[in-house]
Amino acid sequence: MNDTSSSVNSYRAAVCQGRSVLLIIAAVTLCMVGVAHAPLPDAGLRTALVLVAAGVNAILVAGRLMHVLQERHVIFVLLAFTVLFFVALMGLCLWAHGDTPKP
Amino acid sequence: MEIAYTVHARPDTGVYNAKLGMWLFLASEVMLFGGLFSAYVFLRVGAPPDTWPQGWLNVPLGTLNTLLLAASAVTTFLAWAACKARRLDQFKLHTGLTLLLGCIFLGIKGYEYHDKWTHYELRLKDGRIAEGHLVGPKSTAEAVVLKGRWVEDRRQLLDGRRSRGTWQELTIPRADIDRMQNYAPRHNTFLAIYYTMTGLHGLHVLGGVVVFAYLWGPGSRLWHVDPEHFTNRVEVAGLFWHFVDLVWIFLFPVLYLS
Amino acid sequence: MVQATTRSIEFPAREFHGPAHATGFWRTYVFSTDHKVIGIQYGLTALCFLLLGFFLILAMRWQIAHPGEPIPLVGWFLEKVLGSPASRGIMSPDLYNMFGAMHGTIMVFLAIVPLAVGAFGNYLVPLMIGANDMAFPRLNMISYQLYFLGGVVMLASFLIPGGAAQAGWTSYSPLATVIPTDGQTFWLIGMVLLITSSLLGSINIITTIVQLRAPGLTWMRLPFFVWAQLAASFLLLLAFPPLEAAGIMQLMDKVAGTSFFLPTGLAVGGATAQISGGGSPLLWQHLFWFLAHPEVYVLILPAMGIVAEVLANNIRKPLWGYRTMVYAVLTLSFLSFIVWAHHMYLTGMGTRISTFFQTTTIIISIPSVILLTCLLMSLWGGSIRIHTPMLFALAFLPMFGIGGLTGLPLGFAASDIQLHDTYYVIGHFHYVVAPGTIFALFAGIYHWFPKLTGRRMNEFWGRVHFWCSFLFMNAVFLPMFAQGFAGMLRRMADGGLSYSARISPGVEGTLSDFILGLNNYILWAAVGLGLAQLPFIINLFWSIWRGERVQGDNPWQATTLEWQTPTPPPHGNFLRLPQVYRGPYEYGRLDEDGDYLPQDRPPVAHTR
Ligand code: HEM
Ligand SMILES: [Cu+2]
Repeated sequence: MNDTSSSVNSYRAAVCQGRSVLLIIAAVTLCMVGVAHAPLPDAGLRTALVLVAAGVNAILVAGRLMHVLQERHVIFVLLAFTVLFFVALMGLCLWAHGDTPKP
Repeated sequence: MEIAYTVHARPDTGVYNAKLGMWLFLASEVMLFGGLFSAYVFLRVGAPPDTWPQGWLNVPLGTLNTLLLAASAVTTFLAWAACKARRLDQFKLHTGLTLLLGCIFLGIKGYEYHDKWTHYELRLKDGRIAEGHLVGPKSTAEAVVLKGRWVEDRRQLLDGRRSRGTWQELTIPRADIDRMQNYAPRHNTFLAIYYTMTGLHGLHVLGGVVVFAYLWGPGSRLWHVDPEHFTNRVEVAGLFWHFVDLVWIFLFPVLYLS
Repeated sequence: MVQATTRSIEFPAREFHGPAHATGFWRTYVFSTDHKVIGIQYGLTALCFLLLGFFLILAMRWQIAHPGEPIPLVGWFLEKVLGSPASRGIMSPDLYNMFGAMHGTIMVFLAIVPLAVGAFGNYLVPLMIGANDMAFPRLNMISYQLYFLGGVVMLASFLIPGGAAQAGWTSYSPLATVIPTDGQTFWLIGMVLLITSSLLGSINIITTIVQLRAPGLTWMRLPFFVWAQLAASFLLLLAFPPLEAAGIMQLMDKVAGTSFFLPTGLAVGGATAQISGGGSPLLWQHLFWFLAHPEVYVLILPAMGIVAEVLANNIRKPLWGYRTMVYAVLTLSFLSFIVWAHHMYLTGMGTRISTFFQTTTIIISIPSVILLTCLLMSLWGGSIRIHTPMLFALAFLPMFGIGGLTGLPLGFAASDIQLHDTYYVIGHFHYVVAPGTIFALFAGIYHWFPKLTGRRMNEFWGRVHFWCSFLFMNAVFLPMFAQGFAGMLRRMADGGLSYSARISPGVEGTLSDFILGLNNYILWAAVGLGLAQLPFIINLFWSIWRGERVQGDNPWQATTLEWQTPTPPPHGNFLRLPQVYRGPYEYGRLDEDGDYLPQDRPPVAHTR
């Protein structure tokens, strides 16, 4: 396997990576809280910004810490389908809800 | 009897069994929480006007919990990296930190639950409404003591952001009370979904803590027999933990900030 | 999904431990981690539930045909066990609702799925792909135990005060929530256990298929049965969790007093309910059918897999359009996630969304028809061997055809207005599941029995079983279409009597005497169907110990890997790791000594 020095190096790299991920998440989270309390004109805009911030955090955790990005394509395909079905579930439910004629 | 690819990756798929199994499990978890998030949006969009509360939850504590969980996600990541670098001491350190952070998270969550559970809405027979925390020791068989405020209209209860400063102790005779209900799941749809989602999430955190405690303690014996296999276990447990963190990353803005 | 790979892959040599070491009784039969033992455990338990579900409906059919008359033979027993809901041996409406809800639940979640996926999937998938066990043997054992526990909870609910759940297998809220007994709570707890069991099981099956295929067994060399199991497992994996979420929410409604599915202003028994309100009954229906439509494909796909295997083996030629079938199964599974609201046309949904779901529903019937067509076309030019498993497999085709075709009028909102919630729907899905799936399962049992036991089931009694079942099945379900067209609703404890011309003569639109009279006819056909299972049950147990011994390990001259093992397969399955050289259905090869080439027989130099 790896010789000792390269594995030590990769461990150091992991520590650096972990630290930067944590810092970014912390910053994004604080921004998110800030935006949520900011006097924005539109509540929809605020929700959208907050969700975008959450999305950034999620991508960091999934992409870096869960190393989805480096993963094999079996897992990629699986996740893609899952997300698709989740979107279908929520999207179609909401569409059905919105399309229902009101009495 | 030995099952193939428990430790080493299968050449054409590139993964070992437990990793694929965990990802499949996480896919089902996405759909489980997906169902709950869908329910949340569905109910919220369909809620009658002036029934959905805002700012009822403690944002500083929620933020703190978000950071704690993110930190613990990083420590599990490092625990796995330590295993790959064959550093058992670093593994123990980081897993210990994960455990600690997980437990603090649960403690804070428990405090928040307690805070809601002792928060009451009182409707008096003359139509007045009071809200606030029950002051247990001072309440008697004749009167209820609340640290809280009076409101004219039930709609005022919905905005939880700007009121805390003005709270004072109210003594209300029980004979005047028409209805007294705490902020339990049954109180309204928001609290129902809040308790259900965070409760289920909390169970996942608890599960993760148990798994890491096992890997930190008795489970680490495997290290001396088959470090590679042990590293795989840490990786798979880490995937689960990261997923739990991911769920919280969305729960926090959805429940606390909107 | 994943293409057949032609690039050659180096598989590390693996140590292969031969047949196993002796273990005690408990470890061998009860807490076994061997996929074959677990498969048999699933199978026997599920067959018992199948029988129980059948008895429930038999009692209900008596009540439908003879409302208010004491149930013959078993009435006293029901009264003794269940108390007042069955007083004087008469089925009260409450009891009718309990039996109805539990019939559906037991049949779908405790009988057919565990039989099709738990039993057949567990036993056959590792054998067919040349693996020595499932990927996670201990998880496999836990899945079975959770399933068993779920079954126990469901059964126990009959005995609690107030009895079992009464709101149908669909458990629509608010009805399910406001019925003031604990049956629904038990139902929900039972369901959570069953769902967890299914999830673990499907994770196991998928991982096994992806990871443990023998060297050379590329995707396009997998037997169709394995594809069907893979697809069904994916449906379970991704469709069940939203129902679990919904179940948790309904449980909260039931025990914590929340209102997820209870609307504002709900009145119960004439008084406004003491609830916060704000919930949505339609939310439950969405989450329920998000599972339950894919679930019906979980019921049918493994059955199709079994039929494909039995058919290919007995026509002695390759399946027609194997690749097409694989793609059809994948398309069908994918689409089955976006058709669910065709069960909800009459909930007042808007026209646009209804158009969307009508479209997807009609599109999804295309892959179904493709599958059926491929199987039918396969028969063309085959040298067909007729015996019991083949008879059941052949009968599957027209029966599934009727079931599928009767689905089409339900798929259009306009015609569904007339048919929804009538016996027509009952007829539709029972044609798919009963003479469809159950016949396929019978075919599978007769077909693989020699592999499990080294003995054959009796052919004569097998044919008696088949012909009687075939006759009575159709006698039971065909009249239901007529009743449905006439407007007879399902789930009525008096079998439609209150809406009949008998009660209100001369009123237009009432159910005629003929339509009502069919109830009695169906009752006796159902009794006949029950009697027709006796030869099967006796045959099954008799043959385990006394059946005619088969010659060799491969009595059907089959090509797939499960027949290339010792009989019965030992712990660890194969004597040595199989290497696969070809597709699954190399039948009718005249250039070889037999007429077939097993997947693992090394090619002779001149072929290829
Ligand atoms: C091939 C095309 C199919 C179509 C277009 C179709 C369409 C439908 C529709 C629209 C309904 C709702 C009827 C109503 O409640 O008004 C329905 C009910 C049902 N279908 Fe199908 N179906 C098809 C195949 C199947 C298959 C293969 C199965 C199962 C093995 C199945 C099982 C069921 C069940 C169990 C119900 C009734 C659920 C209930 O209300 O209790 N269907 N079908
Ligand atoms: Cu459907």
